Amino acid sequence: MVSDYRIKGETGEWEVVIGLEVHAQVVSNAKLFSGAATAFGAEPNTQVSLVDAAMPGMLPVPNRECIRQAVRTGMAIDAKINKWSRFDRKNYFYADLPQGYQISQLYHPLVGEGEVTVLLDEKDESSARTIGVERIHVEQDAGKLMHDQHPTMSYVDLNRSGVALMEIVSKPDMRSPAEAGAYLRKLRAILRYVGSCDGNMEEGSMRADVNVSVRKPGDEFGTRTETKNVNSVRFVMAVIEHEARRQVDLIEEGGTVAQETRLYDPDKNVTRTLRSKEDAHDYRYFPDPDLLPLELDDAFLDECRKSLPELPDAKRKRYELMGISAYNASVLTAEVETAGWFDALLSNDVDPKQASNWVVAELFGALNRLGVSIAECPVSPAHAADLLKLVADGTISGSIAKTVFEKMLESGDPAGAIVEREGLKQTSDTGAIDAEIDRILAANADKVEQYKAGKEQLFGFFVGQTMKAMAGKANPQIVNERLRAKLS
Amino acid sequence: MGDLNLKTLTELRDGFRAGEFSAREIATSFNDAIVAARSLNAYTIETPDAALVAADAADAARASGDLKPLSGIPLGIKDLFATEGVDSTSGSNILRGFKPPYESTVSGKLKAAGAGMLGKLNMDEFAMGSSNETSAYGPVISPWKRNDGGNAALTPGGSSGGSAAAVSAGLAPGVTGTDTGGSIRQPAAFTGISGIKPTYGRCSRWGIVAFASSLDQAGPMARTVRDCAILLENMTGFDPKDATSLDLPVPQWEAGLSSDLKGKKVGIPKEYRIDGVPDEINAIWDRGIEWLKDAGAEVVPISLPHTKYALPTYYIIAPAEASSNLARYDGVRYGLRETPEGGNLDAMYSATREAGFGAEVKRRIMIGTYVLSAGFYDAYFNKAQKVRTLIKRDFRDAFRQCDLILTPTAPSAAFGLNEKMSDPLAMYLNDVFAVPASLAGLPAMSVPGGLDGQGLPLGLHLIGNELDEQGVLNAGLAIEERAGFTARAEKWW
Repeated sequence: MVSDYRIKGETGEWEVVIGLEVHAQVVSNAKLFSGAATAFGAEPNTQVSLVDAAMPGMLPVPNRECIRQAVRTGMAIDAKINKWSRFDRKNYFYADLPQGYQISQLYHPLVGEGEVTVLLDEKDESSARTIGVERIHVEQDAGKLMHDQHPTMSYVDLNRSGVALMEIVSKPDMRSPAEAGAYLRKLRAILRYVGSCDGNMEEGSMRADVNVSVRKPGDEFGTRTETKNVNSVRFVMAVIEHEARRQVDLIEEGGTVAQETRLYDPDKNVTRTLRSKEDAHDYRYFPDPDLLPLELDDAFLDECRKSLPELPDAKRKRYELMGISAYNASVLTAEVETAGWFDALLSNDVDPKQASNWVVAELFGALNRLGVSIAECPVSPAHAADLLKLVADGTISGSIAKTVFEKMLESGDPAGAIVEREGLKQTSDTGAIDAEIDRILAANADKVEQYKAGKEQLFGFFVGQTMKAMAGKANPQIVNERLRAKLS
Repeated sequence: MGDLNLKTLTELRDGFRAGEFSAREIATSFNDAIVAARSLNAYTIETPDAALVAADAADAARASGDLKPLSGIPLGIKDLFATEGVDSTSGSNILRGFKPPYESTVSGKLKAAGAGMLGKLNMDEFAMGSSNETSAYGPVISPWKRNDGGNAALTPGGSSGGSAAAVSAGLAPGVTGTDTGGSIRQPAAFTGISGIKPTYGRCSRWGIVAFASSLDQAGPMARTVRDCAILLENMTGFDPKDATSLDLPVPQWEAGLSSDLKGKKVGIPKEYRIDGVPDEINAIWDRGIEWLKDAGAEVVPISLPHTKYALPTYYIIAPAEASSNLARYDGVRYGLRETPEGGNLDAMYSATREAGFGAEVKRRIMIGTYVLSAGFYDAYFNKAQKVRTLIKRDFRDAFRQCDLILTPTAPSAAFGLNEKMSDPLAMYLNDVFAVPASLAGLPAMSVPGGLDGQGLPLGLHLIGNELDEQGVLNAGLAIEERAGFTARAEKWW
């Protein structure tokens, strides 16, 4: 399906072409080429080894776990894994780059072509788009400069220096901010399922360089700009909107788009030039002579493949085959923690469809109210399963279940104990139900008249009154049956 | 006892073990000799106390019977090696005063084997040079003089010029050197001593300041082949901190020494007979051929067809790697920092590197930057990498026909200071015979062959197949036994 997202200009409609380079920090206790730790938020320059500080004579040694995580990520997007890859040096001077070069992979990346399928509308399979991934390579992060510590000098914090990043380069396959947003969210979900990146955009574990160009539909690609280091899905979408509009206006005013690097200012919601093509660095890439080519054997690749969990798309399809709605399946698989919780719930032999509806409606609602994540949910999947079973076997009604769940959230007690303690068991005692119905019908003789005259929607009123009188504990099916009998 | 500092490392080791003298006497003898020879400028830093501390430990070890392989032996360490708490400056102003909080793997191994440290040895800045004249500490003066009655100061060669002069003048029984394109072998040849560069990857590069990472290799320099074998055994071995380190056991090279070359074939590459090389160089080469025959070897003519491209290839690859390796000297974290008034970060970089690097280092950084830059990468760096592969293939093919290769070490004897500084190409030609083995990562050694007409030492150069340091050492020993090289520089300092 072709995107119909268009920028309307003076000269007609413009199509937007988007490619993303996502930098994802690899989950690892140690940096890519040194043994130093990688904890976020540590005091400046406390996570720095001699190698990270590029002391004279220090040498990089690849961290196998970082390579493994990148390979697993490649496998998760069905990408070609290159059994032979190599590290290159990207040379430039900056105070946050101790070696004077970044070790990266230009010529022979670890992971080749793959793809990510996204749904633009969670309820609609036909909204699926496949976004190509050009490559994933592994590289070192730089440190950071702190400009606010001294009136005339900048300080350097090398904690991040040498941390392993995966650079995931998409093809220019996206045509709207929505597609780019969906791609980024899906990629994040996959990384988190795989466990190769925590996807925490606020802490900078994941950030995107956004390549945008515009063209008249059917024309060749236009000149692109690259907006660096955008750190949220919302900002990525804003950059695309803003940048596409800027380019269209520029072209229509007779100007040309310059191939350049830009920065996004989220406070003003604008992008501005960081450096033009003329100022572009000549990075003088060449193979890093300190490192041998990376050669992966079959046993290593097998282990990587076997260690992969069930991924979001496969899980979603499995859920749908269980009778769970497409929307629920999509929502339940969007985050690895949610899917994990739901899988644990399913393992307690509950009805999948009932369970999915309950999680999406009741559980999510409760978590929202409490302002906690599913990982912090006070009710365990096993306790939730007990609650669902009490509904399924008729012990309590759906509405009583809501009350019970509230009490579970407060007390942490199991559902059965609460039902027992509070006397919330549903009753199917027709004598008691009949007695209440008779009383209600007698007290509402006028409405009974109206009902019999054809105002059938009043039936719900009688049901409600009866249930209320029974404190919600009457079996709704029996209430329905008895009411129909008495009103006929 | 007298003149302990003129004994070979083997003689010192054995004499110390036999109780003929103490380690403290050895260390004191060298410490005194070093002070007396300051005019040679061989050492940039003297560490007499460190030598004495190690000596006392050796004397105690001898008393308690737990001697280590190098107990009692003090060594000089090339300034390219990081030595914990001791200035490690690579002969450069940009690192002047830099005291690393770590010890290079190689010097650490030597110390762990019981060796003491006499001091840090002068060298060409960042090992870039063939005469030790690019050092920020000034040139090393060779102990050797021409016998022409003049008093011209000669170079000890480079870049391990301080190392070579120290051994030659009796200021250390053995030293570390490093060899990127001849920096152990050429100075060894110029000063009448032996030096071996092992197979690339035998010595860990961790803690050795990088010049050209794919070529840099540490090795020992000493008076005799046996001395070199002893040191090499205690310098090499797998190091997980160097990704290019070879994960192989260290052979017992000293125990394996044998000058009997029966059954060995020695290749003589015709491409090393080059125009403009003095007859005396070729004459000593011919003598070397006869000595190896005498030791039982068969001599075969071989061809290394890409030899003439080796020097240009080297002078693309080495500067390219150096331009990147030296980017870390930026004034931000350690070493020299120049901050021009009102200047920004770029101004700091420029001023720091302008003041910190000498002319030859700047020249190579510029060459290296040029050959890696967009538009020139394929024509220079990539092409050079391909030629390097062809040069490796030349050797691979040659070693199907022979076990060893014999050539001269350098195309001339030591030259005078300032004779070649104004002509970089003439300077680079010094390493024309040494560079091919470096590009191929092969073990290679220089041993003294004799004196030229001016009374200056000439070296013979043995190149072995990958990992065949033993073959190289054995052929070196065969030459050493036959050359009878006992000449020493007459003491004038």
